[in-house]
Amino acid sequence: MTALVASRRRPFLQRLAQASEPWLYTAPALILIVAVMLVPLVLGVSYAFRDIKLLNPFSGGFVGLKHFEALATDQAFRTALVNTLWWTGASVLIQFVFGLILALLLNQPFRGRAVAQALCFLPWAVPSFLTGLDWAWLFNPVIGPLPHWFVALGLMETPQSILSDPDLAMWGPIAANVWWGIPFFAITLLAALQAIPKDLYEAAAIDGAGPIERFRSITLPFLAPTIAITILLRTVWISNFADLIVVMTNGGPADRTQIVASYIFTTAFRRLDFGYASAIALVLLVLLLTYSMLIVLLRQSFLKRG
Amino acid sequence: MRRNPVLTVLHRLAIGLYIAFALFPLYWLLKVSVTPNDLLYSEGVRMWPSRTSFEHYAFVIANSEFPRFFLNSFIVSGSTAVIVTLVAAVAGYALSRFAFRGKYWITALMLLTQMFPLVMLIAPMFKILSPLGLTNSLTGLIVVYTAFNVPFATFLMQSFFDGIPRDLEEAAMIDGATRFVAFRQIILPLTLPGIAATLGFVFTAAWSELLFALMLISGNAAATFPVGLLSFVSKFSVDFGQMMAAGILALIPAALFFLLIQRYLVQGLTAGAVKG
Repeated sequence: MTALVASRRRPFLQRLAQASEPWLYTAPALILIVAVMLVPLVLGVSYAFRDIKLLNPFSGGFVGLKHFEALATDQAFRTALVNTLWWTGASVLIQFVFGLILALLLNQPFRGRAVAQALCFLPWAVPSFLTGLDWAWLFNPVIGPLPHWFVALGLMETPQSILSDPDLAMWGPIAANVWWGIPFFAITLLAALQAIPKDLYEAAAIDGAGPIERFRSITLPFLAPTIAITILLRTVWISNFADLIVVMTNGGPADRTQIVASYIFTTAFRRLDFGYASAIALVLLVLLLTYSMLIVLLRQSFLKRG
Repeated sequence: MRRNPVLTVLHRLAIGLYIAFALFPLYWLLKVSVTPNDLLYSEGVRMWPSRTSFEHYAFVIANSEFPRFFLNSFIVSGSTAVIVTLVAAVAGYALSRFAFRGKYWITALMLLTQMFPLVMLIAPMFKILSPLGLTNSLTGLIVVYTAFNVPFATFLMQSFFDGIPRDLEEAAMIDGATRFVAFRQIILPLTLPGIAATLGFVFTAAWSELLFALMLISGNAAATFPVGLLSFVSKFSVDFGQMMAAGILALIPAALFFLLIQRYLVQGLTAGAVKG
C-alpha cells in the first residue's frame, strides 16, 4: 500500500519539480522586476489622479482629472511636447546618417582597423552626465573653443554660449547626444553589414553593377530590417532620455530646451509635485504606446502588401 | 578587388576625421584639467597650455569630497553589477534552455520594462523607499539599479547561453548530475566571457546613472559621483580645472570597463538593442 502511494507520488513530485524548475530560475529576476518596476508603475498611475506634494503633509487626496485639466492649458507642457519631437527627430536622424557612414567606413578592411574601431566607439563609454558637462564646457565662451571657432567662421559676432540663446539652445544637447549616440547606430549597423554574404557583391560586380548600384540593390535591402528596428527603439529611448538636457540647460532658457521627460523630472525633483509629475508621465506613456502600436500596425500592413 | 588610390586616401581621411571628432571633447577635458589656474583664461582656446600642472588632481584627491563620491559610486556600481549578473545568469539560462508556458510572457514583460519611460518611476520610487529608510542610502540605489538592469542583462546572458551546445549538459545529466549541477559546473565556466561582458555593461550603466541618484540622494554622505559633480558645478564659484580633473577621474573606470567589453559590444547591443 505505502509502496503503491510512493510510486504514484514520486512521478507527481518529479513532474512538479520539473514544471517548477524554469520558474525557480526566473523567480529572482521576476520578483525584482515586479517589486521595483511594476509596483511603482501602478502607484505612479494612481498618483496622476491624486494631489501628492512632498512638502505638504495634508496632500494625498483624490482629485480626479484636475491634473489633466491643468495640463491642457499648461503652456510649458505644450512647449515640451514640441521640443520632444524636435529633440528626438533631429538626434535620431543625425545619429543614424553618421552611424551608417561610420559603419560603411569601418566595414572596409584596412590596417589598424581594430584600434580605429575602438577609438570611434569610445564616446559611447563616456557616462552621460560627463558627456553633458563636457559639451557644456566646449560651448562655454570662457574655457571652450567652439564659440571662438564660430566667430572665426563668421557664424557669430562675439563668442557666447549657444546654450543661453533661446533660438539655438536645443542644438547644444542635440550635438552632445549625436556625439554620444553615433557609436550605437554604427555598432548595430556594422554587425548587420558583416552578416551580408560577400559573394553577392562579387557576383554583382561580375554582372557589371557599379558601387552605387550594389549599395542600392544589395546593402540597403539587407540592412533594412536592422535599420527599421534600431530607429524604432532608439526613437523611444531618446525621447525618454533627459540626462543631457538636465545637465546642460536644465530645460532653459525659458523652457526652450525642456522635453517632456525632463519636465517630469523637474516637476518631481525641483517642485516636488509628485501628482502633477505622474500625470505628465501618464500622458507620455500613452503617447509612446500609441507610437509603438502605429509602427507595429504599419509594419503588418507592409508585410501584407509585400 | 583592386582599389582606386584616391578612394583609399579619402577613406582613411574620413576615418581620421571621425576619430578626431570622437576624441576631441575628451582631449579638451584632459587639456583643461592640466592647465594651471593662472593660464586658464589667458590661454583659454590654445590647443595645449604653455605650462602644465597636476595641481587640480592633487587638490581634488586631497581636499575635496570626490574620493568619497568615487568610493560610493564604486560600491553601488560594483554591487549592482555582481547581483545583476547572478540573477541574469540563472534567468537567462532558463530562457535559453527550458520550453515552458510562461516564457513568452516573461520575455514580453522584460521587453516592456525597456520601453516605458523610467523617469515616471522617480516620484513613486521615492515615496516607497522613503519610509523604508532607503532614500539617502547606497542600499536603496543598489536595489533600484539592480531591478533596472536585470531585463537587459538577462537577454544578454540568454544570447551567450544560446551559443553553447545543449549536448554538454545533457551528457552530464545522463551521467547522473542534476540540471543545476550541470549548469554550475559545466555551462557557467564556458560562459565566463559572457559573464565578464555582462558585469562590464551593468557596471557602466550604474556608474552613469544620474536622475534617480539626484532624486534619492541628498547630502554628501551617500552621494554618487554624478550627484557630487553636479552639486560642485552649481556652487557659486566654479573651478573649471578641478571639475575637469574630477571628470577625468570619473571617466577612468568607465573607460577600463569599455576596454573589457568592447569585444562583446556587437553582441551586447544587439541583445539589448533597447538600452543605451
